Amino acid sequence: MQNASPRPFWPPLVAGVALGLVLLVTFVITGHGLGASGFFARLSAAVSGWAAPGWAEANAYFGPYLRTNPLAAWITWEVVGMAVGALAASLSAGRFRAGVEGGPGTGTGARLLYALLGGVLTGFGARLARGCTSGLGLSGGATLATAGFVFLIGFFVAGFVVSYLVRRVWQ
Amino acid sequence: MSLPVYDSGAAAGLLSGLLFGYVLESAGFGSPRKLTAQFRLQDWSVFKVMFTAVIVAAAGLWLLDVIGAVGGGEVYVPTTFFWAMGLGGILIGAGFALGGYCPGTSTVGFFSGRFDGLVFMVGMLVGSALFAALYGPLEGLYTAARGPQAQTLGALFGVPAWVVLVVLIVIAIGGFRLGTHLERRFGGPVTADDVAGGSE
Repeated sequence: MQNASPRPFWPPLVAGVALGLVLLVTFVITGHGLGASGFFARLSAAVSGWAAPGWAEANAYFGPYLRTNPLAAWITWEVVGMAVGALAASLSAGRFRAGVEGGPGTGTGARLLYALLGGVLTGFGARLARGCTSGLGLSGGATLATAGFVFLIGFFVAGFVVSYLVRRVWQ
Repeated sequence: MSLPVYDSGAAAGLLSGLLFGYVLESAGFGSPRKLTAQFRLQDWSVFKVMFTAVIVAAAGLWLLDVIGAVGGGEVYVPTTFFWAMGLGGILIGAGFALGGYCPGTSTVGFFSGRFDGLVFMVGMLVGSALFAALYGPLEGLYTAARGPQAQTLGALFGVPAWVVLVVLIVIAIGGFRLGTHLERRFGGPVTADDVAGGSE
């Protein structure tokens, strides 16, 4: 059973204003917005570089990443910061719960398989799009870039369609 | 001091990331049940939080441009690659609906205790490597339909940035009202208590 009653989530308007201000501060400090998938591309390149150096270094996409240390980048620090921030927020609000979260009718094994498959689609899609919900949707959107809105339209349309197709997974 | 500072060092990354992770977790975006409830129309937090954040940051950047502190050309604006970004967005939307996360929120999910967030992250490493392996045949698609460098919606439609902002605010107000109406109808939004109770 749960050890403490979790503190409520912030109302969406409050969280949205806070997120917008964090994004604005990031632009003013760095000249660019927030991201996430770029780190996973770099980590994937690094892991490929250790596991299959011949293939990875000759690969047209990963090769350029591996000419220097692919993890020596701003976005690595940003993702480390995100991890600490999420940990601090969930622990201080009594929301940290070790476990697997899924739909009530979905078993743990199935949930983890869907998480893996969703991750594969997302990792592939983020490389194709050159960014993800953070880098293109949120940060691109904030600069009113056409690119950000092309991405967001694809994301929301596919989200609704696929969610309908797999509705049993979450219900 | 001239702005932006263009400091992309370790301290700047840690600070931005710390605030980003803290806000996302506080919004409830570590929970895949809450995140995916957006697409079941039960919880409009993803739309509400993202749209509000985009408008606040965009209004801030516009204001900084007007007062001459940060010029519109001085922050990074991505260039459109229509097919790659549209299809990439579709794949990420599909991955989100199935896996329950996007890249940033899977990190937040794992670091608020969810093992499925870690599995999603491992999946992203596999997906990134798969893209690299298929990069040769995909290169044409990857670079197709390239838009003008750093094009904004204002440039696309030939209107000033404030007009785009006003339109976005109108869409956001409409979305908030529709979302709140549908949330009531479909028994949402998903609360911290729902998430804690359901994951035991």
